Amino acid sequence: MREMYDEEAIARALRDLPRPPEGWIRAAQQLPAARAALDGLVERALADASLRATVLADLAGALRKEGMEPDRRAAAVLRARLEPEPG
Amino acid sequence: MAHASSLSDSALVASCREGDSEAWNELVERFSRYVYAISQRGFRLSGADAEDVFQEVFARTYERLDDLRDDGALRGWLAQTTRRLSIDSLRRSGREQVTETLPEPADDTWIAQLDEALSVHQAMGELPDNCQEILDRFFCRDESYRAIGDALEIAQGTIASRISRCLARMRELLGKETGEEAVR
Repeated sequence: MREMYDEEAIARALRDLPRPPEGWIRAAQQLPAARAALDGLVERALADASLRATVLADLAGALRKEGMEPDRRAAAVLRARLEPEPG
Repeated sequence: MAHASSLSDSALVASCREGDSEAWNELVERFSRYVYAISQRGFRLSGADAEDVFQEVFARTYERLDDLRDDGALRGWLAQTTRRLSIDSLRRSGREQVTETLPEPADDTWIAQLDEALSVHQAMGELPDNCQEILDRFFCRDESYRAIGDALEIAQGTIASRISRCLARMRELLGKETGEEAVR
């Protein structure tokens, strides 16, 4: 297949894969650090009922305090890990 | 350790598994366009939905690094995960009917095109930085000669010939790879 590449085919291939917004890439790259910070926060909150209540009352604030972006995805993960399973 | 950008996909996965943050950054960098293109072009997801799928794909990749049966099959796994999450996203937003106009899951032609495109992009990574920059601006970001000239501080009149030279080098690289593959 590759020997058939002419310049037009190369140009078309380059156009086929635009770069996503930089913020998306950065957020995905920061995932391991964010995940570690989240794990630490969850562990502390599960061991301390008062902290857990504080975190659940202000998820965005708690994430910010941990140095994380308080986006809705992180907030949803944090809530899910701190709230008891329904039923 | 070798620079992460020079690692094969399977070596990259192995390094990520060992907690190498540079390798993880490279993995995201290497496949970000591919994941984005599948959700956006293949399934026509809009901004927020496409972003959710994008982040979820990489979150799952990170969580399941240990479960990948074949480190070299990362690309296929990413494609499959992105497709599945994109379909879920369409269903959630009540646009299931849109899938009728989308490529059939069994029709892998469009994924094959993106696979080829990714191979070309990876070859582009072997070009000098100035070539990568000018090709990316012109073909991927659709910038005009004027915008490129202003950004890179080069005369507009020389841009077409620079692009042509960079494309020729790219052809050489792809031809070289073809030759290497042929003797493997």
